[in-house]
Amino acid sequence: MQPADTKPSAPRQRPTSLRQLFYAFSWLALQGFGGVLSVVQRELVEKKQWLSNEEFVEDWAVAQIMPGPNVVNLALMIGDRYFGWRGGLAALAGMTALPLLLVLVLAVVLAGLGQDPMVQGALRGMGAVSAGLIAGTGLKMMPALKDNPMGIAVCVLLASLTLVAIVGLRIPLVWVLLGLGIPAFSWTYHRIHRLGDTEQSTR
Amino acid sequence: MSSFAWADLAGLFGHFVLLSLLSIGGAITTVPDMHRYLVTETAWLSDSQFSASIALAQAAPGPNVLFVAVLGWNVGMSAGGGLLGGTLAWSMAGACMVASMVGILLPSTTLTFFATRWGHQNRHRAGVRAFKSCLAPIVIALLVATGWILTISHGNFSHAPGLWLLTLAAVLMVWKTRIHLLWLLGVGAVAGALGWV
Repeated sequence: MQPADTKPSAPRQRPTSLRQLFYAFSWLALQGFGGVLSVVQRELVEKKQWLSNEEFVEDWAVAQIMPGPNVVNLALMIGDRYFGWRGGLAALAGMTALPLLLVLVLAVVLAGLGQDPMVQGALRGMGAVSAGLIAGTGLKMMPALKDNPMGIAVCVLLASLTLVAIVGLRIPLVWVLLGLGIPAFSWTYHRIHRLGDTEQSTR
Repeated sequence: MSSFAWADLAGLFGHFVLLSLLSIGGAITTVPDMHRYLVTETAWLSDSQFSASIALAQAAPGPNVLFVAVLGWNVGMSAGGGLLGGTLAWSMAGACMVASMVGILLPSTTLTFFATRWGHQNRHRAGVRAFKSCLAPIVIALLVATGWILTISHGNFSHAPGLWLLTLAAVLMVWKTRIHLLWLLGVGAVAGALGWV
């Protein structure tokens, strides 16, 4: 048996320099109105192919479970993986520097303009679209569950329970993560151990 | 009203450092406590300054955490006398912005850096693989939930049908096509500005 952990689905590309990393993250941050996540998936997975869909979901899960802004954590992790701490800093700087400058300029300019009904309407329309972008990105990542060791039925059950807990019952995130995460972890661990026994013996 | 002075800079920084470590799920989850500190306790910002700062950062491109920079900026700006306050106002705004941003980012990114490095080096361990795999369906559901919650914050369907349809169209476009996301946002901005939604 071949080593089972080389991801078969990932067409491997990678950033070639710190500068490229910085520009890539600046460019995607500047496209991200109302959040950057959907742009990260589009740019890094679909266009640049630095990550596979599966890796993206996994990294995003970790970025979300750590304290701190999720997309900033994600940039740090991806940058670090390619160029060590310097890559992490380059990605982090890309993600924050230009958007920070822009938002401060906006803060100064819009100090007087914020009540204008057209500006308010435009902000409302963009808000509605960005809500759709986030949900659509989630739906698009569903194929990543295909090879999940938990099995598709358990994945669907877990996702439905999460939706009900967050949207329907409005349970705080930390309790949802603990309450569903711990049983899910035990189940996955159990499955990986059973599946992994044969792989382990070849290494 | 705003009694912020240079001596308060360390306190501002310290408060954001603390919140940084609590911000699981993103900095946005600590907004209630920021409000308590900046508006209720210290009165460095008014209620409307606070919510305007967050709305502005949400509308601008970039990570949502930039609302912290805008909060810091406005604390310094109003302490220094507003846009007409000259050098004092601008330097205070700059200093408060840096203190807030560094405070909210430094602890969480340092922790994330070392924790994820460890995780990546040990990614073949069953425990680490199980940890990542078991979260995947939860994370996907959280994204859908976030979109859903933002949508119902506009009011229910009969109250704002245009916004709902716009959101639904955006879901389908991002899911099923590869159209550039900026086009979608542009359509949303125009529809909103013209008063269609």
